[in-house]
Amino acid sequence: MDLLSNLSLGFATAASPENLLFCLIGVILGTLIGVLPGIGATATIAMLLPITFQLEPVSSLIMLAGIYYGAQYGGSTTAILINMPGESSSAVTAIDGYQMARQGKAGTALAVAALGSFFAGTVATLLVAIFAPPLTIIALKFGAAEYFSLMLLGLVSAIALAHGSILKALAMVVLGLLLGLVGTDIYTGTPRFTFGITAYADGLSFVALAVGMFGIAEILKNLEGDQDRTVLTSHLGALWPSRADLRKMVAPMLRGTALGSALGILPGGGAILASFASYTVEKRLSKTPQDFGKGAIEGVAGPESANNAGAQTSFIPLLTLGIPANPVMALMVGAMIIQGVVPGPNVAAEQPALFWGIIASMWIGNLMLIVLNLPLIGLWVKLLKVPYKVLFPIIMAFCSIGVYSVNSNIYDLFAVAGFGLMGYVLMKLRCEPAPLLLGFVLGPMLEENLRRAMILGRGDPTTFLTRPISATLLALTVVVLIVVLLPSVRKKREEVFVEAE
Amino acid sequence: MTRPNTTDAAAGILFMLLGLGFGIVALGLDMGSTLRMGPGYFPTVLAVVLIALGGLILLAAFKTTGEDIGAHAWRGMMFILPAPVFFGLTVRGLGFVPSIFLTTLIASMASMKMRPLYALTLAAGVTLFATLVFSYALGLPFRRFGPWLSF
Repeated sequence: MDLLSNLSLGFATAASPENLLFCLIGVILGTLIGVLPGIGATATIAMLLPITFQLEPVSSLIMLAGIYYGAQYGGSTTAILINMPGESSSAVTAIDGYQMARQGKAGTALAVAALGSFFAGTVATLLVAIFAPPLTIIALKFGAAEYFSLMLLGLVSAIALAHGSILKALAMVVLGLLLGLVGTDIYTGTPRFTFGITAYADGLSFVALAVGMFGIAEILKNLEGDQDRTVLTSHLGALWPSRADLRKMVAPMLRGTALGSALGILPGGGAILASFASYTVEKRLSKTPQDFGKGAIEGVAGPESANNAGAQTSFIPLLTLGIPANPVMALMVGAMIIQGVVPGPNVAAEQPALFWGIIASMWIGNLMLIVLNLPLIGLWVKLLKVPYKVLFPIIMAFCSIGVYSVNSNIYDLFAVAGFGLMGYVLMKLRCEPAPLLLGFVLGPMLEENLRRAMILGRGDPTTFLTRPISATLLALTVVVLIVVLLPSVRKKREEVFVEAE
Repeated sequence: MTRPNTTDAAAGILFMLLGLGFGIVALGLDMGSTLRMGPGYFPTVLAVVLIALGGLILLAAFKTTGEDIGAHAWRGMMFILPAPVFFGLTVRGLGFVPSIFLTTLIASMASMKMRPLYALTLAAGVTLFATLVFSYALGLPFRRFGPWLSF
């Protein structure tokens, strides 16, 4: 019954007119940026962080969460209509969704994607509500050694789920950790890697890093080709799926939801992996695997449910442990800290309205999205026609304002240009930016817990192995690392990613 | 024939150089002991790991054939990257309104398809919108016109 009273508290919080409004703004903005290519959810949330300072903590987090799952919806729209996934987690949707659109079934594909996402969102929200409290109780038993081991596991899993070379992803994590250490050492007050610039004494701006690596680098990449996109809008076809289509989508939707919920909890971009995995599973199980790639409805329903479920359940590690599972969650940590909420197991106990309000708002947000997306699809399609040359100067202007207004620090703007260049170079060298951002956020926490654990363990490094929870987590880390590096698994993993391209 | 994978080789070298850079600076910091780690301890360990990983990536690059790096966005870099820097340098002196106008204008030149009149209109639109939203509606503490403009 606890669950019911908690949920009702959550819905009461989330359904206040003010929070409903911010949830709506969030999902609209999210859909918008999901539809517009060249700017992802990570960069947008980074840009909008400063705006949320004036809001109540609950409202601001509700809005940011709305942007996140709104972007997942919008991303699928572009994937289906122009074969260009607005978000990387919709990359798989593009394969069969675009084929359906070419066959004149764009409307059906969009409806299937929306229904699948809504179903998955509902189930995953319930899962968050059920599993978050018990995990919180476990998390309260965590000491410094356990946190260190857990973060190590998180970082290693992030590598396992990254796109492309494992070695490069590992190197990006380490580089991120190092960048995270820039600033004043908390124990001794010694400035580190600041090159005498006092403006960097508090560390490099997280917003600058995210905007530079994700926003500006992406703009530079898009400017390479410097071409306009063509939109397929001849006609959308019927919106509502036929009875046969509905029957076909039920099983993939259920499987996708289960898969996505499980993988979303894992750190490192669960939503992306979930959609890839779901596509592979559906293709394996299908009686007509030859239809995949030619407009199979299962190829849309499964991955779309999976990525949405994964997007929701990635809130579990954030809300219970305070550990971000992906770059967007890392930004949420930043937002919580700015709002004076310390992310971690105490949130549920100390601020139940905030905790449950966010969970309830996810369901409300999903409902809004389905209402918003299906009837208004024509409007979003029109947005696709906005040429890129108009978009990127606007994005640049807002990036500059956003980064500056966090601290009114002009050095953050120099950092943004630097990170933009760095992100672009690394992107050219086929290094994914996501592990770096995760490392950057976890860097200071990792070091602090390592040092604290060593002091508590009297300088004995075996403290990590003699404490059972910590030892288990470390063992898991080693297992993940071995599994990822095994030649056979490596091949399979590449297959999954190649198939999706 | 085996042409080394230039992308990977470059990435490996870059990581090694970055690791070396962080490592050298970290060596100048107090290492401390395993019991009481100094500010230099963790960064030094990470720098060594980064150099090692860079080395491994470099080695692996010789075992696979390469893929091309592709086109470079030279024009993009020339105009996009200076835009936020320009905003940073002028937002206090010129004030928010002229600064954001010029920033947008600079950024818009990154595309070859942008025509001057179009760029001016776009920049004016962005300025108007941004001033209304950020300065008036959200009340962020910007000076709309800075001291450089008061005569």
